Amino acid sequence: MNDETPEPDVDDIEIDLLLEALYRRYHYDFRHYARASIKRRLIQARGRLGMSSFSALQDRLLHDPDMLARLLNYLTVQVSEMFRDPSYFRALREKVIPHLRTYPSLKVWIAGCSNGEEVYSLAMLFREEGLEQRTIFYATDINPKALKAAEAGVYPLDQIRKFTENHQKSGARTSLSDYYVADYDRAIFDSSLRANIVFSDHSLATDSVFGEMHLISCRNVLIYFDRALQERAVGLFEESLVRRGFLGLGRKESLRFSDHAAGFADFVREEKIYQRRER
Amino acid sequence: MTGIVVIGASAGGVQALLTLLPALPADFPRPVLIVVHVPPDHDHGLAALFESRCAMQVCEAEDKQMPAPGTIYFAPANYHLLVEPDGSMALSADDPVNHSRPSIDLLLESAADALRSRLIAVLLTGANNDGAEGLRAVARTGGTAIVEDPATARVPTMPAAGLAANPGATRLVIDAIAPHLLRLA
Repeated sequence: MNDETPEPDVDDIEIDLLLEALYRRYHYDFRHYARASIKRRLIQARGRLGMSSFSALQDRLLHDPDMLARLLNYLTVQVSEMFRDPSYFRALREKVIPHLRTYPSLKVWIAGCSNGEEVYSLAMLFREEGLEQRTIFYATDINPKALKAAEAGVYPLDQIRKFTENHQKSGARTSLSDYYVADYDRAIFDSSLRANIVFSDHSLATDSVFGEMHLISCRNVLIYFDRALQERAVGLFEESLVRRGFLGLGRKESLRFSDHAAGFADFVREEKIYQRRER
Repeated sequence: MTGIVVIGASAGGVQALLTLLPALPADFPRPVLIVVHVPPDHDHGLAALFESRCAMQVCEAEDKQMPAPGTIYFAPANYHLLVEPDGSMALSADDPVNHSRPSIDLLLESAADALRSRLIAVLLTGANNDGAEGLRAVARTGGTAIVEDPATARVPTMPAAGLAANPGATRLVIDAIAPHLLRLA
């Protein structure tokens, strides 16, 4: 056997086929997700769903739609925090909000909102800054279960200490406890925070632009994509943003190597906040 | 794609790396990817610490970047570092694995999967079992494993667990690891 072209791993063949099946049967497209992470998640799913192989999992998936929801939870679930990376929110508050104030109405897109921690964080921040009433927040994700959780706005009480600490570090003008009530081991966030949030199914892999945005926050989502899908997503963001609109990425994400880099300027470089250039 | 070297280190790891990394020459022919366990909330500044002491280039790993020979890449604080099938690096914010993010196991397992016999994996001092599953994967895929001798490591737990998982690994005192890597390169 030639050392340069090793025999393909059977798992890898099966994973290609499984992802193709998932796309063709249900139109969920994970084919351009970064491979090492998706493989690891699929190995977890295979074990916990009691499947002997990815082929067995594929068979169930094709014939049993209930399996889709279960598999999606392995492929998409992310844990996050409210005000994760507080310095990002501080930069939004101090540097971006003054620009947003100049618009009579605002649209904000949280792409890949998962269980909603970030959209609630932004809703609180905008309320504290007096902009909530003129803003519509679009919180999108591909996983219906995550969207439902996001819409419920209920988080484990043991996370609240961390959320509170982050909130304070973000330059908060209020206390996080103003926004939730504790109920046994859960914190239930004030439904008024949801008044201006639209939760909606949207895929960065297969869907297109749906509105003109002033701020897009998409953090720790692009790292799960391969280069081609990253380019597609950033292209959607560029197309969606108003001129001089803002894009916030994750702490270790960047547009440095992107084909779309020329369309953006660094706005707060260390927080990965970019501004769309005038064309 | 050339082979790569991956290194995992935990408690006592910075001191061990201060012995190992400065002993590698600027023209070391492989990229070196490193996970060190550090507290999650801060940018750890490992790249800055080692940059002035090493002949090789030192930087923090960036997502979907292709690692270059003669360059050392540290996993950023609070992100997993993985190797994609094409040899590029990928970051992940997935849950900690065995309380660790970055996880040595994830780096070693993904690199073993991608590089197979072209991988050299090095496991250094540490007080937990991270890296043992990774070294098992390295054994399975025909890669080369090197483990710091638990008898002289600052903390023996992690290298001992690595040796138990991969008995074929070469066991070396810290001073002998860089010369050995040069012979393999």
